[in-house]
Amino acid sequence: MSASAREKRREIRAYVIGYGLALALTAAAFAAVRWRGFTASATLAIVLGLALVQLIVHFRFFLHVSLSRASRDNLGLVLFSALIIALMVSGTLVILFNLRQRMM
Amino acid sequence: MSAGEVIPTGLDLGGASQSAPERAATGVQGFWVFLMSDAVIFALLFATYGVMLSRTAGGPTPAAVYKIGPAFIETLILLTSSFTFGMASVTLNDAGPRRRLFGWMSVTLLLGAAFLGMELRDFGAMFSAGAYPTRSGYLSAFFALVPLHGLHVLVGAVWMVVMMVQLRVFGRDAQVMLNIRRLALFWHFLDIVWIAIFSVVYLQGLIR
Repeated sequence: MSASAREKRREIRAYVIGYGLALALTAAAFAAVRWRGFTASATLAIVLGLALVQLIVHFRFFLHVSLSRASRDNLGLVLFSALIIALMVSGTLVILFNLRQRMM
Repeated sequence: MSAGEVIPTGLDLGGASQSAPERAATGVQGFWVFLMSDAVIFALLFATYGVMLSRTAGGPTPAAVYKIGPAFIETLILLTSSFTFGMASVTLNDAGPRRRLFGWMSVTLLLGAAFLGMELRDFGAMFSAGAYPTRSGYLSAFFALVPLHGLHVLVGAVWMVVMMVQLRVFGRDAQVMLNIRRLALFWHFLDIVWIAIFSVVYLQGLIR
């Protein structure tokens, strides 16, 4: 088998694995909500946890962001954006919920 | 000093000093920066939604207006379209037949259109149930966040049509290939935003 054919097989396998994992994680999240086996807060934690895992699966298998040297720049960019987002979103939520509590 | 040699000074705006693969790498890298800034916009709309979630002003509540069935099918459609675009990217890298590239892009476009159609029907059902943007703070935040994603999908679909036309007119031009690569990143990115939407908006709203 030539190098390009091997490369192609490797690429296709990455997309198939990513698609399979994404489908399984999505189905698990919807199933957890549809057939409630847990308390509301446990279900929410499961859904958000599965979403985080699925996020990583998409970045890894569809956007090809990995620990390899070739995608190091993109990984740095994604992680830095994640930090900015975590700071701004958690900051917004903390400040506004605190404000609401004080206004009650 | 030979005439063909250009020594870059200061800002390098992708002129003669870069080879074609280098220009392509820079072009994709720049698009990543755009995607991440777009992610920040979505993240702040998610924060707004989280703050507004309990402010229903006596109007419809999340559990009353969301339906788990359509949300699940929309998710499956978008996931599948991400996979089919992945197959288009494989064809692009492999220099496979243009007809096959066209086929995968058409399937992706159809799935995108199906997603938009279902989403519009959902919004229509919400409007007729009295859940419109001006009803409450919660609904304003919802209609700022979710239709913005839909608008992105619409832009992606229009871009897809443009790229298919360019592919037909210009063939495998370096610029066309680069733009299809950017579109692939954009399309996969929209799928990632949708993961956050179905988890944080739809599933959280349906947990009682």
